[in-house]
Amino acid sequence: MNQATALGTNPGAVAYNEEIVKKFVVAATFWGVIGFIAGVFIAFQLAYPVLNLGLEWTTFGRLRPVHTSAVIFAFGGNIMLGTSFYVVQRTCRVPLFGGPMLANIVFWGYQLVIVLAALGYVLGITQGKEYAEPEWYVDIILTIVWVLYLVAFAGTLIIRKESHIYVANWFYLAFILTVAVLHIGNGLAVPVSLTGAKSYTVASGVQDAMTQWWYGHNAVGFFLTAGFLGLMYYFVPKQAERPVYSYRLSIVHFWTLIFLYIWAGPHHLHYTALPDWAQTLGMTFSIMLWMPSWGGMINGIMTLSGAWDKLRTDPVLRFLVAAIAFYGMSTFEGPAMSIKAVNSLSHYTDWTVGHVHSGALGWVAFVSFGALYFLVPRLWNRQRLYSLRMVTWHFWIATLGIVLYITSMWISGIMQGLMWRAYDSLGFLQYSFIESVEAMHPYYVIRGSGGVLFLIGALIMVYNFIKTIKGEIRSEPAYEQAPHAASAS
Amino acid sequence: MKHEIFEKNVILLAIGILLTISIGGLVQIVPLYTMEQTIEKVDGIRPYSPLELAGRNIYIREGCYNCHSQMVRPFRDEAERYGHYSLAAESMYDHPFQWGSKRTGPDLARVGGKYSNDWHVAHLIDPRSVVPESIMPPYAFLAKRELSFDDAADHMKTLRIVGVPYSDEQIATAKEDLRIQGMGEAGGDVEAFLARYPKAKIGSFDGDAKKTTEMDALVAYLQMLGTLVDFTNVDPETLYR
Repeated sequence: MNQATALGTNPGAVAYNEEIVKKFVVAATFWGVIGFIAGVFIAFQLAYPVLNLGLEWTTFGRLRPVHTSAVIFAFGGNIMLGTSFYVVQRTCRVPLFGGPMLANIVFWGYQLVIVLAALGYVLGITQGKEYAEPEWYVDIILTIVWVLYLVAFAGTLIIRKESHIYVANWFYLAFILTVAVLHIGNGLAVPVSLTGAKSYTVASGVQDAMTQWWYGHNAVGFFLTAGFLGLMYYFVPKQAERPVYSYRLSIVHFWTLIFLYIWAGPHHLHYTALPDWAQTLGMTFSIMLWMPSWGGMINGIMTLSGAWDKLRTDPVLRFLVAAIAFYGMSTFEGPAMSIKAVNSLSHYTDWTVGHVHSGALGWVAFVSFGALYFLVPRLWNRQRLYSLRMVTWHFWIATLGIVLYITSMWISGIMQGLMWRAYDSLGFLQYSFIESVEAMHPYYVIRGSGGVLFLIGALIMVYNFIKTIKGEIRSEPAYEQAPHAASAS
Repeated sequence: MKHEIFEKNVILLAIGILLTISIGGLVQIVPLYTMEQTIEKVDGIRPYSPLELAGRNIYIREGCYNCHSQMVRPFRDEAERYGHYSLAAESMYDHPFQWGSKRTGPDLARVGGKYSNDWHVAHLIDPRSVVPESIMPPYAFLAKRELSFDDAADHMKTLRIVGVPYSDEQIATAKEDLRIQGMGEAGGDVEAFLARYPKAKIGSFDGDAKKTTEMDALVAYLQMLGTLVDFTNVDPETLYR
């Protein structure tokens, strides 16, 4: 690549809509920081309950959905929408279908959904279903926005000038279609009145539980996995400047991943009143899911074949590759935790929280950071990022944060599980519940500290972006391109 | 390689995806509606009284499910800590279900009757006044705010649409039942109320009989949780026949 030219130059002269991608990049960065702050705050609420502030709007119960929705749907969602619009244009070599108008409606509609949902949570308007808390009126707006998103994305695929649909787009399309099905299926509710916020879900009890975790697990499977695998299939080969490792593997793991994921929901309901046959199906498919998950991991990591040395000199690629490694780790841990015997210990404990965050921080956020670092200098036509050294700082501070987070939650989760089932020598339960709460305190402090580090890393990224967009370049020692280039001054 | 047909046709690819992702959900969800043994046949299960329903809506509004489960698993330690394992029947009128996924605090599926009303009120106003190590947020505002549930009948009608068998009588007496449960005799005919909602707990839960607060509603809900089924008469082996 010629260092003198700006990274965003577009020799093919196709008029890609990059303004819309810029908006999504800014929105994702903004919501990411908000979501991380919310996460740090509620983490410390569990360590120091005085932080609930004695106000009805700031209790853990109302703020936790703010955190989960902000990081999954606001940060992750804007990343997904933005990168999919970027990728689909370039891999189809046509501008976005529907023009800037449609894209802008999708963008502003999506931000409206986020703001309405978050306002609702703080004011106590919630459907009471995890990761699907928005009430019926927000659900309807989101459905409309999502259909328009599908029109823009699939429309671009239809008018493409490439003969084949690139693999990243299979994953993006599966993400868009399946999230639509899940959102509608799980969101079915009857409002009490058309002028009020409250509604009652159509399903109840055991059927509602199954529907909820069919939705909930596949929010993980399709929002946070399939969608982000699409991202991986574009940005990793781009940043590594290597082709995808195996075309055949991408086909096999794509179809098996989307087929198997849908079945995994019942592992959230082990030993509950859900019938055993459904629990057993959920466990079996969760274990099988390990294989296509690692298919994706292998395909991503092996794309670096012949380019491993770049990990020393390219901190952006380091984010992308570490993300895939975290993906491999948490998709191994997940099937292990879905085994009923393991789940009997881990369920209801912080182990689950730690598992989610190894995927969310390690995989989703890291691969997103990699994509953002890739996109910002290109979209704003800069020669390079303001500072690559600061990317390295971000990487290591955030990694340390994740390590503190996951390890503290492993310890606290397993300790909770063991304390709940411990018996003393006389055959009585050894611990009252509150003793298990008390024992968690140090781990909740460590977890919160890990979150602070992760947040600091993100703020470094924001600073780097602002400087990059301003067009500044930090004077810093460059990373050596290759060992033999060491003599270059 | 025949995969090309998907890679060259968006519609085929989309149909292929939709078929592939449909199977698991259909296999796991549809039989839960069609197989009779999914929900056990037990006596005692009834829809929520208006005050309990109001309390349940507050429970949902405050996001209690983020830290409390309502699902006792069939383990020895859980049986000793919480009581009989939860039946599917016990949440059959729960729209939405509130089984939860995390126990930052204890399970609440059978918390009804375990503590006094006074304890619940003190605990909700300031959890650390009764449990010093607690990390639960305070909910003092519930005691100050009068319950606004004038549209109780509309809520019950909506629930009837989604399958809760509220009778016409129950819907007609919704406002009266709200008063009776929160005030006792002063509110109306207690006996008739108990005929409509057997085992409902009656009285001023927060100790102030003059008004019915959100605290009254929430405590009324907590105090009935897990109390409807009399497990001395239930043989688990026969539940599914």
